[in-house]
Amino acid sequence: MMSKKSLMGLIILLLGVGFLFSGDDPSQIIAIKGATLVPVTGEDIPGGTIIIKDGLIEDIGIGVTIPPGAKIIDASGLFVYPGMIDSNCTLGLYEIGSVRATIDNRETGDINPQVKAVEALRPESMHIPIARSNGITTALVVPSGGLVSGQSGLIRLSGWTPDEMVIKETVVMHIELPGMGRSRRRSPTQEDQTASKKFVELKELFRKARVYQKQKLAAAKDIQQALPEFDEKLEFMSPVLDGELPVVLSVHSEQDILDAIQFVESEGIKAIFFGVSEGWRVADEIKESGIPVIIGSLYAMPSKWEDGYDVLYRNPAVLHEAGVRFAFSSQSASLAKDLPYHAAKAAAFGLDKREALKGVTLYPAQILGLEDKLGSLERGKIANIVLADGDILELRTTIKHVFIDGKETDLSSVYTELIEKYKKRIQ
Amino acid sequence: MKHLKKQTRLCVYGITFLFLAGWVSAQNLLVKNGTILTVTQGTITNGDVLVLDGIIQKIGQNIQAPDHVRIIDATGKYVIPGIIDSHSHIALSGTNESGETISSEVRMRDVLNAEDPSIYTAITGGVTMTHTMHGSGNPIGGENVVIKTKWGKTAEEMVIDEAFRTLKFALGENPKQANQFESRTSPRYPQSRMGVNAIIRREFLKAKNYMEQWERYEKARRSKKGAKHLIPPRKDLKMEALVAMLKGEMYARCHTYRADETLEFIKLSKEFGFKIICFEHAWEAYKIAKEIAEENIGISIFADNWAYKVEAAEGIAYNAGYCTKQGVLVSINSDSSERIRRLFNDAAKSMKYGGLTADEALKLVTINPAIQLGVEKIVGSLEVGKHGDMAIFNEPPMSAYARCDMTIIEGEVYFDRTQYLKERQEIEKKNKAKEIEKKNKTRGGE
Repeated sequence: MMSKKSLMGLIILLLGVGFLFSGDDPSQIIAIKGATLVPVTGEDIPGGTIIIKDGLIEDIGIGVTIPPGAKIIDASGLFVYPGMIDSNCTLGLYEIGSVRATIDNRETGDINPQVKAVEALRPESMHIPIARSNGITTALVVPSGGLVSGQSGLIRLSGWTPDEMVIKETVVMHIELPGMGRSRRRSPTQEDQTASKKFVELKELFRKARVYQKQKLAAAKDIQQALPEFDEKLEFMSPVLDGELPVVLSVHSEQDILDAIQFVESEGIKAIFFGVSEGWRVADEIKESGIPVIIGSLYAMPSKWEDGYDVLYRNPAVLHEAGVRFAFSSQSASLAKDLPYHAAKAAAFGLDKREALKGVTLYPAQILGLEDKLGSLERGKIANIVLADGDILELRTTIKHVFIDGKETDLSSVYTELIEKYKKRIQ
Repeated sequence: MKHLKKQTRLCVYGITFLFLAGWVSAQNLLVKNGTILTVTQGTITNGDVLVLDGIIQKIGQNIQAPDHVRIIDATGKYVIPGIIDSHSHIALSGTNESGETISSEVRMRDVLNAEDPSIYTAITGGVTMTHTMHGSGNPIGGENVVIKTKWGKTAEEMVIDEAFRTLKFALGENPKQANQFESRTSPRYPQSRMGVNAIIRREFLKAKNYMEQWERYEKARRSKKGAKHLIPPRKDLKMEALVAMLKGEMYARCHTYRADETLEFIKLSKEFGFKIICFEHAWEAYKIAKEIAEENIGISIFADNWAYKVEAAEGIAYNAGYCTKQGVLVSINSDSSERIRRLFNDAAKSMKYGGLTADEALKLVTINPAIQLGVEKIVGSLEVGKHGDMAIFNEPPMSAYARCDMTIIEGEVYFDRTQYLKERQEIEKKNKAKEIEKKNKTRGGE
């Protein structure tokens, strides 16, 4: 017979072990039921159920069998969306604008293919929980500056360490051609010169990189061939040359876009355009090229007065009508939470509302080559799921739950912490 | 008419002319069959608003259109009072008089620029009035001015004299030049928050002294003993502005971020007896909502534009909604020619962050800024007797899908999206024709 002490000890031990195996179990099955499911691909499913297992969407539909032991979330009256994807942001690389010590998205120098945005990621950034609590679950973190800015990486908006956050370290190489600027006094020819100089520079870089690649290949085959001296820039440009690593080309003016299409075709690389402020002028050409487009922040002013006050707002609708694949971005950290409102703004100026929704879910997943894992509510995809009390592109909607990789995330942020703290003052 | 005297004839012509002018005046219109959000008197579905001579005459249903009055069909649309931006820097040829630390004598009215394209940008966003201000580079800036965004008119035609006179003050990082490189090599006093307060105090002490000099002079002049040969004190325009504040003729609009500096400025205002009508930006107002509400001071703030500098790093999106619920008079401003286009979107954010209703959120950019500017008798809501300033939207204005389709100021249409789209079509046609011409020319040349 056990003594009372040993019995107590055993009970405590068992409770402890039981505790260890509850709660944070990643293989826990979650069933969200009674909600209007918005898979994005296909029709909405009212009164539907979605089953999460092992971080993936296990099942979705009406009358879906709920496995035993599943944690059931009654989501009646709510809407279930795939988590939103930001195609260009500085989350984790920006804290306070005027404090240079907190900004890490921009290197000095013109050619920096070797820098990786995710290697500067700060998981504790106060901007991440704020964006997450507005339904953004994945983001492409992008370096800026110079001509070849560096490698953009994909992160999930949860995780304690960079490794826990990074989904894919290198998704695209980010290249920036000059924008259109806001000076109306600048003559078009002066503008074109700057941009066309950059294309020349880029072509030369590619040429050198190809030579370097050839030399390396030759040396690999024949020990008597000279091994080229290590060249950092050319080394890191290598994966781009054969289209293995796509390039995001930030271009804005009509001529730059046309030149960029030619450049991409002549180099035989895989490309995505970013910005394309004048994309609406050459939408057919972009469509023909097959190059998809990431739209920049719609909180920007038109560069050319004569194009109309709504030129940037109507740009996505015009591109979509021509058949160009597009995605939205926040281009921000402190306002990354506004991603859905850029989409809604485009919808206010001609884009179909459902297309706008795709622009922050399915289309970014497709454009970034992650369609098999993200961007919609489909069996087998990662369970990045948002439960909202309304349309997630609407300003008044409250997000009730956010799941990343099938785990419910914390919706608190510096916003909620500070307001709770100061509410205590008036109690 | 020949039998009348010349004078009488001229009178008749004059009156006839005025009558005709009123007859074809562009300041008359009838907005028909829209959802009228009056802001102060509820919402009217299938409602009409009649404006004559720029003033709202009737609001209701089935209003008969008088002869020769333009009818605006607002079926399926939403009509709100013209949006008021309580803090901007548009339509000005300069923002900061940075040559001096104290520039209380400058007046933004003197540098109004009616050709600033930002005025047009504002009306595309439904904004009909703005308080355009001196910048925050100086502890004491200049006198601000309230204008209507009457794109196409002269600067003087835009000025709203009914508004409170306001003087710009600034606290914190900007006046102490915390984010400027130059301050390290050639620092200008003040370089700390204590210096900012001290310099403002100094100026008010000087102003009191100046005021006393003039009072003594006036008193002495009124006395019987040899007053006629007294030399008056030197007129000092810097001091005149501050004396106006001490006399309650002009109020302070003070740029502030940190809660502590906001409270210190309230103390300063009590030290000298001047009135603060509104704090600008006030990103930490939620921390001291109680004090601000008690003092009956308004705040003119962003929805969520934060973290661009250290003092804005605790600026939370709950600020607007929370302070409203604590009884503070809150307006949402743009302080930007980009954000001025989407003030209605920014106002809507207080529904999500702060739990305001759509009607409460709309007040943040209509009646609230009107009250802060002292013009609530003429604008800020749709009421009989107020100016016919309206913005017409295709969706409820607090929706993210809303778009401003028409902006009306005092019964005149200043922005009409239908007209704009027509003009764009014509421009595109012309451009295409030019392109074809170009192509043909080059081909012909071969």
